[in-house]
Amino acid sequence: MSILRVENLTKTYSSGSGPLTVLHNVSFEIQAGDTFSIVGPSGSGKTTLLGLCAGLDRATSGSVYLNGIRLDNLSEDERAAVRNQHVGFIFQNFQLLPTLTALENVMVPMELQGARNVEKTALDLLDRVGLAKRSHHYPTQLSGGEQQRVSLARAFANRPKILFADEPTGNLDTDTGDTVEALLFDLNREAGTTLVLVTHDLELAQRTGRILKMRGGAVVDQLVNERMSD
Amino acid sequence: MNFLFRMAWRDSRRSRQRLLLFMSAIVLGISALVGLNSFGDNLARSIDAQARELLGADLVLSYAKAIPKPTEDYLKKIGKNRTYEVSFASMTLFPRTGGVRLAQVKGLDGPFPYYGEWEVQPRSAVEQFRQAAARNERVALVDDALLIQFGAKPGDSVRLGTQLYFIAGRVLKTPGQSAVTTSVAPTVFVAAKSLPETGLLQRGSRIQHRYYYQFAKGQDVADFVKANEARFDKVGINQDTVESRKQQTGRSFADLTRFLNLVAFVALLLGCVGVASAVHLYVKEKVASVAVLRTLGASGRQAFLIFLIQTALMGLVGAIVGALAGSLVQLLLPRVFAGFLPVTVETAISWSAVAQGVGVGLLVAVLFAMLPLLTIRNVSPLRTLRASYEDDTAGRDPFRWAVYGLIVLFVMAFSYWQTRDWKVAVGFTGGLLAAFGILTGLGLLLINGVRRFFPRHWSFVWRQSLASLYRPNNQTVILITSIGLGAFLIATLTLTQNLLLDRVAFSGGEGGSGRPNMVLFDIQNEQKAGVRALVDRYKLPVVQAVPVVTMRLASINGRSVEAIQADTSAKIPEWALTREYRVTYRDSLIDSEKLTAGTVQANAGNMPAITVEKDYLSRMKLKLGDTLTFNVQGAPMATVVSGTREVDWNRVQTNFLIVFPNGVLEQAPQFQVLMTRVSNTEQSAAFQRELVSGFPNVSAIDLGLILRTVDEILQKVSFVIQFMALFSILTGLLVLASSVIISRYQRMQESVLLRTLGASRRQILWIQAIEYLMLGVLAALSGVILALGATWGLAYFVFETPFRPDLLPLLAVLAVVTVLTVLIGLFNSRAVLVRPPLEVLRAEA
Repeated sequence: MSILRVENLTKTYSSGSGPLTVLHNVSFEIQAGDTFSIVGPSGSGKTTLLGLCAGLDRATSGSVYLNGIRLDNLSEDERAAVRNQHVGFIFQNFQLLPTLTALENVMVPMELQGARNVEKTALDLLDRVGLAKRSHHYPTQLSGGEQQRVSLARAFANRPKILFADEPTGNLDTDTGDTVEALLFDLNREAGTTLVLVTHDLELAQRTGRILKMRGGAVVDQLVNERMSD
Repeated sequence: MNFLFRMAWRDSRRSRQRLLLFMSAIVLGISALVGLNSFGDNLARSIDAQARELLGADLVLSYAKAIPKPTEDYLKKIGKNRTYEVSFASMTLFPRTGGVRLAQVKGLDGPFPYYGEWEVQPRSAVEQFRQAAARNERVALVDDALLIQFGAKPGDSVRLGTQLYFIAGRVLKTPGQSAVTTSVAPTVFVAAKSLPETGLLQRGSRIQHRYYYQFAKGQDVADFVKANEARFDKVGINQDTVESRKQQTGRSFADLTRFLNLVAFVALLLGCVGVASAVHLYVKEKVASVAVLRTLGASGRQAFLIFLIQTALMGLVGAIVGALAGSLVQLLLPRVFAGFLPVTVETAISWSAVAQGVGVGLLVAVLFAMLPLLTIRNVSPLRTLRASYEDDTAGRDPFRWAVYGLIVLFVMAFSYWQTRDWKVAVGFTGGLLAAFGILTGLGLLLINGVRRFFPRHWSFVWRQSLASLYRPNNQTVILITSIGLGAFLIATLTLTQNLLLDRVAFSGGEGGSGRPNMVLFDIQNEQKAGVRALVDRYKLPVVQAVPVVTMRLASINGRSVEAIQADTSAKIPEWALTREYRVTYRDSLIDSEKLTAGTVQANAGNMPAITVEKDYLSRMKLKLGDTLTFNVQGAPMATVVSGTREVDWNRVQTNFLIVFPNGVLEQAPQFQVLMTRVSNTEQSAAFQRELVSGFPNVSAIDLGLILRTVDEILQKVSFVIQFMALFSILTGLLVLASSVIISRYQRMQESVLLRTLGASRRQILWIQAIEYLMLGVLAALSGVILALGATWGLAYFVFETPFRPDLLPLLAVLAVVTVLTVLIGLFNSRAVLVRPPLEVLRAEA
């Protein structure tokens, strides 16, 4: 079953020197439960593509179907509801709410769905990422690796169907990065979530089932990871 | 909804201090409003409670013209107890010090007041006065203001007419009288029975008769008045009851507090502009968090509501703190208003004023905070992916205009609520918008000016300071608006006060050396030669000598005054029908008059032709050729209106509504008014002393006296308004302090970087000091420039007098506001200077 279908996606920004197309006619499809990475050098359009797939932005032309819902016809608030129901996020710079504790950060996606008594679930998730004892700490009181682990817990809190991760280890040292990476794949496997990863770390990309290579806003190659498919 | 409140609560935890700081800007405005309203409520209650003391009696009847004998007899039978009072203006002379001035003389016969007490020093003087009055001895009680002016004291004597009176005590307060009334007309109280001997109760004197009555318990005063109203009205007797005095006093103070409420409201609005600016910075910081929330699925509305709830709660806290502070401020107000209060005000917390203040504060803070908060709805979740995302918060937003509209409507509704006058409400809102607009314009002009003509060759310190006036997140416009508006209020008050004094001075002394600055009136026919001789002996010029005849209007075009009074459709003002007219006669116009219609002629047909003042003609619904019949002290005299005159009333000289031709009134009972010009105060005093000795019934009024009286009143009024304007200035400084604290982090980062690159503390200090100096000078200067414009407008359009601003007080406003701005700015930036760079860099990491 297709969880994400992208058809002829083009994104053009208007700039002082005329229109600037950062994404040309991109098409691909991801099945539920797949792991998928988008790789390419800086400025290749991979983050733009991620933003469009996750419904954070609207394409100039083309369509995105997320869990069968066509995103390009929806308003920003309607897309926000789709994100809240079906999508999880992990960012390179963690993006925790600085004024909330670790526990509250994890609770937010569930509370936005209107769920009650979510503290226990949030604590379990923090426990799963090894931070149960630091649940009442604020982001500024946590190290980078810890912040990203809270971010992981938050990403899985609303039981998303698809998880988008933008350079999840990009701001971490190698050892911490490895720990977070392992945790990400473990949690993903346990939850059976589809994972879409944006990275220029080819080693990390090698851990996903399919790799989409981009350059200059266009797809230059789509690879199936033989090792993963075995 | 619960989630929104929970999020608002959680998110505010780490910013509560700062949020409270934003809201502190409204505290002063609210406290001024609540203080005034509480004071107004307490005053109304005190007036209610002390209503009888305001009047000193149950009923007061007064009249100025002769009344029929049976009515006079009837007045002597009303009530259980009664006191008769006769009052008029007369010269008073204090022989020991030689002081002389026009004062009010009140002759009492009876134990007034029946309610309330005289405040007299020594206390025994009242009893001494009453006993002496009963024995017909010449004992006086004199107003404190009059004694102070001439350095006189109890034990001295005062001369009224031909008689000397022993001063038994100084009067600090009489029932219902405030310090301002005593400034205008200081009084000498004597026994009524002693007055005939003074020779002052002569023809021509404007004498007022008054009866104070105490009714027996259970007798209804209202019923009595109702039963006698028609009879009293017919002969021109005014009735004043406790109820009517209470309403009249209450109304005038309600008007005063409402006007001052508008001044307080300006302080509140200033605070709100500060709130909007602070929330703007706060929202800028929160944009990243909003983007995360949006990414996680929060709608624009939810994100907006989270922060709206936060600011509303803080606004509520600010309003409550303001209301509590206001309840304390009201304790000060009886002292501020001391000169005006006719009653002793009992202070207590007014819960309605508190509720009103909290409501208004919350509403207006939310309205102003809404402007920056609206941008939250448009924050894109894409910001989570891209740090340098194009600005999604700067676009045009129709809701923004809706909020602007709501703010204007609110201001207008509030001012209408206070003044109950749409014209004033629209004028106030328009004026406020203009002031805000001009100050904002000046701020923007400054930013663009500095940017455009940036002095690239100046030293680093200066360039850095000037650049901070237009750097991102600068507070230039908001500070120039808020501090400038405060400076504008203070400067306008000072300038207007001086303008009014100048106007009085110009109308006399400075209006040209030929203009009179002293008026002698009530000169009887037989005194004319003697007064003239005295004037000549002092080598004073006779600028004008004018005969004055008193008369009353009897009919208009054959229709009697009574018939016109009874006709409700006539719409002719009552005062014009019943007043005593003082007219003169001459065949030409004087230099303060201009003929606007008709002619100046002796007769029209077989009747004398009169000219009337232009506005009088329209108010009386008259036209040229109409007939006015006057009662000239018993003799009817029919006249024809042959012309109208435009009169410049702003001169120390006699001007008349009605002028008769020569050859008609020469034989009628009359007195003379003589205008002259004295060169200095010594000459004026010496001349008045001799005048009062030789001609005790003749009164003199000089420009010095008018100036002194106007000055005293203005000082009292301006103190009250300055007290209120202080709230605006303080709010401006609070906005400054909070904006410095809010932008401190940014400043700290900049300063740390500068220090890392080798800047000394001294250089950093100078950079900051120069920036605040520029802000202070420019804010104060903007306010002063605006004040000059506003006062010029007042001078030109309202007072029609030349505007010569006194620069000294303006320089004082400029200096004080600037120094305060620099001090507050530097005090709040001290953390930037004292913290080591590494600490800040670590904190940032």
